[in-house]
Amino acid sequence: MFKTLVRKGAVIAAFALIGYGPVFAADDTIKIGSFLSITGPASFLGDPELKTLQLYIEKINAQGGVAGKKLELVHYDDGGDANKARTFVKRLIEDDKVDIIVGGTTTGTTMAAIPLVEQAQIPLISLAGGIEITEPVKKWVFKTPQSDRMAAIKVLNDMKKRGLTKVALISGTGGFGASGRKQTLDVAAKEGIEILADETYGPKDTDMTAQLTKIKNTPGVQAIFNFDFGQGPAIVTKNYAQLGIKLPFYESHGAASNSYIELAGAAAEGVRISASALLIADSLPANDVQKKVLVDYKKTYEDAFKSPVSTFGAYAYDGLMIATDAIKRAGSADKAKVRDAIEKTKNYVGATGVVNMSPEDHMGLDLSAFRILEIKNGGWKLVE
Amino acid sequence: MFAEFLQYVFSGVTIGSTYALVGLGFAIIYNASHVINFAQGEFVMIGSMAAVFLSAAGIPMPLAILCAVALTILVGLALEKFAVEPAKNAEVVTIIIITIGASIFLRGLAQVIWDKEFHALPPFSGEAPFIIAGATILPQSLWVLGVTLVIVVALGWFFNRTLMGKAILATACNADAARMMGINTRFILLIAFGLSAMLGAIAGIIIAPITTTSYDVGVMLGLKGFVAAVLGGLGSAVGAIVGGLILGIAEAMAAGYISSNYKDAVPFVIILLILFFLPSGLFGARGTERV
Repeated sequence: MFKTLVRKGAVIAAFALIGYGPVFAADDTIKIGSFLSITGPASFLGDPELKTLQLYIEKINAQGGVAGKKLELVHYDDGGDANKARTFVKRLIEDDKVDIIVGGTTTGTTMAAIPLVEQAQIPLISLAGGIEITEPVKKWVFKTPQSDRMAAIKVLNDMKKRGLTKVALISGTGGFGASGRKQTLDVAAKEGIEILADETYGPKDTDMTAQLTKIKNTPGVQAIFNFDFGQGPAIVTKNYAQLGIKLPFYESHGAASNSYIELAGAAAEGVRISASALLIADSLPANDVQKKVLVDYKKTYEDAFKSPVSTFGAYAYDGLMIATDAIKRAGSADKAKVRDAIEKTKNYVGATGVVNMSPEDHMGLDLSAFRILEIKNGGWKLVE
Repeated sequence: MFAEFLQYVFSGVTIGSTYALVGLGFAIIYNASHVINFAQGEFVMIGSMAAVFLSAAGIPMPLAILCAVALTILVGLALEKFAVEPAKNAEVVTIIIITIGASIFLRGLAQVIWDKEFHALPPFSGEAPFIIAGATILPQSLWVLGVTLVIVVALGWFFNRTLMGKAILATACNADAARMMGINTRFILLIAFGLSAMLGAIAGIIIAPITTTSYDVGVMLGLKGFVAAVLGGLGSAVGAIVGGLILGIAEAMAAGYISSNYKDAVPFVIILLILFFLPSGLFGARGTERV
């Protein structure tokens, strides 16, 4: 009788300790929430992003964590679907009670999350490129990729340099493509470029020969600009080669990855892209301000995952580093303090570019974050 | 002007052949059992993804293609054996829902076994396009058309000249009478699934060099193949082929002459029109059933 009582008491005590355990552990970590598109049309963006976050959080924790606490990653896969993204962000904020969110692989999923983070007053560092994410400026929203307006300006400038002023635009109707198209149309006149054709295609389309045929038959077109990411650019490039179009062909930074070259095959030869310098990190001059960060990131990522590095993973790297740097400067994971610290980020040399944030600019990059690369012999070559 | 039109026709006929093959798969299974197999699109996906990964593993392309088709046939047979047959004499609607569940399962399995990225197969005989009357056509497109033609002829011979083929037609006509004549209708259904799986896999493999493939290509292709089958008259093999070609060309024309934004709307508008005005499709059996 007494023995069973003692045994029962011991069991109850054990359970109580186990029950309290996690509560103690939770206070000791800084929770970084993330919603990424690991499956779906944006999977070759989301996959390196997740890998980068996991790899570097492990590294940081091995070196003692941030502000005395370890980092904990809570992530969900939204499959590129804005509705799912919204649900997951709600879960991150209300159930997982994260301290900061580094995520949103695509413009569409990020825009779905913004109302939630603004209401919950939690900082969000997005990994998507649409300009509407940070323009107009929202108090709690930041982003690491260069904006699509900059990509457009960089490409149009390069075209002007080569004497190509009459351009055909073909873009995807997803968030990034639609935003890029709008920005290109906006800045074209100012940059001295005339847009003669404006075609679009759906994100899951597998044949763009109809749109390219229309462009081919538009008189006076001197160059073609494709604004999209994922499988779209690869198919457009293949169709462009199939139709025997010989005009100079430009892609946005949505195609800045080795997967694009792999999918487009020989058709990608000679295509120019505005992208960050990561893809040609090794051939940068030694005095390039970004060289050390890029070479480090490239080596760490490729050693760990045995697959080529991508600019999308670099966005996640910058997002994580800016977040942890801000937490360090703020001295705690307090959301308002961290937000202020992010906004004060100055001269941070990231994998995408040099970041200088301000209350009016929550992206912090300028045109120098973009280089023009050309595909030669299946690899990247720096043009400018 | 004409060159543009011809270009749209070429791309329409290429993708239309794929829809035709997928639609044929729907027609065959529908014929054997009045079941609409919504996992048909997944057969296409499995064929192309398996070919990609087998050839990436070092197996020479022709062998990889054969193995991929064989694998898909096995999946089709397994689907019939383990998902459809246990349902025995359940209502057709139930079995259709089972196939939808199976398609989701196969998609998930593909993500786990393979991966979530896009892949391309190398074109069978080079990438240099041919120029015909001002329009270009890829060598791969010619492969698509050629293989489809060979398959259509082979199926025609199979259904009309072999005992097995005639048994399938008999089951389609009247399952009870066929059973009374000694035809094993359960086995016929198994064969039908295997045959549809083979058609789906071949469709996926020949189109993959042009459109790239990934774990979820089956969704859209399955739906559009279904529209092709309904357009042609559910159950009619000729109808599925004609339906597929019409659908492909309509899509290309809509994208070229109206706006590329409406391309995906075309199959769904077509199926609405068909169901409103000609429910039995172009070649389907007309008339009503007397109770």
